[in-house]
Amino acid sequence: MEYLYYPGCSLEYTSSAYNDSSKAVAKALGVELKELEDWNCCGSTAYMSVKEFMSFAIAARNLAMAEMQGYKEMVAVCSGCFTTLNKVTRYMNLHPEMKKEINEALSAAGLKYDGTVMVRHFLDVLVNDTGIDAVKKNVKKPLTGLKAAAYSGCQISRPYGTFDNKEFPTKLDEILTAAGAEATYFPLKARCCGGMLMTTSEEVGLKMAKELLECAVKYGAECIATACPLCQINLEAYQSKINSKFGTNFNMPIFFFTQLLGKAFDLPSDNLGLRKNLIPTEKILAGVK
Amino acid sequence: MLEQQMRSSESLNEKLLKAMEEIPEGTKWKTCIQCGTCGGSCPTAYAMDYSPREIFALIKAGFIEKALKANTIWLCASCYLCTVRCPKGIRQTDVMYALKNFASENNLYPENSTAPVLAHTFVDIINKYGRNSEGELITNFYLKTNPLGLLKSAPLGLQLMAHKRMSLSQKKIKGYEDIKKIIDKTKSMGGA
Repeated sequence: MEYLYYPGCSLEYTSSAYNDSSKAVAKALGVELKELEDWNCCGSTAYMSVKEFMSFAIAARNLAMAEMQGYKEMVAVCSGCFTTLNKVTRYMNLHPEMKKEINEALSAAGLKYDGTVMVRHFLDVLVNDTGIDAVKKNVKKPLTGLKAAAYSGCQISRPYGTFDNKEFPTKLDEILTAAGAEATYFPLKARCCGGMLMTTSEEVGLKMAKELLECAVKYGAECIATACPLCQINLEAYQSKINSKFGTNFNMPIFFFTQLLGKAFDLPSDNLGLRKNLIPTEKILAGVK
Repeated sequence: MLEQQMRSSESLNEKLLKAMEEIPEGTKWKTCIQCGTCGGSCPTAYAMDYSPREIFALIKAGFIEKALKANTIWLCASCYLCTVRCPKGIRQTDVMYALKNFASENNLYPENSTAPVLAHTFVDIINKYGRNSEGELITNFYLKTNPLGLLKSAPLGLQLMAHKRMSLSQKKIKGYEDIKKIIDKTKSMGGA
């Protein structure tokens, strides 16, 4: 099974481990992620904040290229890209005037977009196309005994809730459970990680990340599994800063869920980008029975 | 008298109302019933000068500068929790985006707010390459807002580099000229 794949900017460097592990997991399941050639930025929250129409227009270039190549679907792993790209298609289809204007902008580059490409999250593909049973069949070393908080984050199911509950998503828990791990109770699983606020309002950002870590620890998690580059980096890269600010002692590995899944499939660690994690993961993964 | 002085001019008021109407379902915000579900749901409301509900009320009453110079809209992290909960079906996050766009066009920012700087820096980078360069984004952002912050965040930057997670170089995508054409076209259309 082949899917057109949109990695997104974060997947090039800061979250390249998500790119590596998603591709490795897909391959093990017989799924090919074929990268959209010469993709550009999805528009993202930052661009949308100051130039919304322009951000929609450049995002539409990706969708137009996908459509022109005959695709009806495109897979994203970054929850931010997933929501942003879908927003463009949705608004174009709801508002004919916007569709006309975006196409006017695209025409300058010889492109046209009819609004037929649905962007799907890789987690959606795993759960609903490949299926939990197929995932289970590929588990060679179940993550027995690993207590992981399934942190879905916000953009994966809001605002559209295409494949999971908008306020209490559970698909990530299902995947972790299929991999043999214990998905701990995590009531803040759909709460915002702070996004770009970690950079622009550090006080606020640190507090948000601290509350998430605290909640994960409270209900017994030894690690957190994420499905979004921004969630991963906010929770992982700022732990030492959180510790010095709040007097806490967090040292919690933060995984991309595909890294854990790949581990359960017994794929080589290098293919899962595990060495790119800032907080060492060896100990916790060695403890898996 | 004081109240009148604080209210925005008719022209600014009209301009904002028009800008808000231009977004999808752009008049729906006017149906706000002031229930406070948005602020009660918002993870950053505790740090806001005015809650989202209060921002709606301020705009309705014509206090545009007051609303836009508050830190509120720039503390919206776009998590859409208010949007999915609003009993009137107002897409609040979209309204926040519309307000951020309007604030940028009219140069109405809260004092010392760095979020608009980050957003503009991001736009410049995408317009330059077609993709983001995280290293360049953070470097340029700190140079503009707080050079000392660059020094303070250097250890994290180096740590990310050591883990092959950060690069200071970015190449233009092949279709860079296409991006430029799309951007120039939107400018000529008067859109932003």
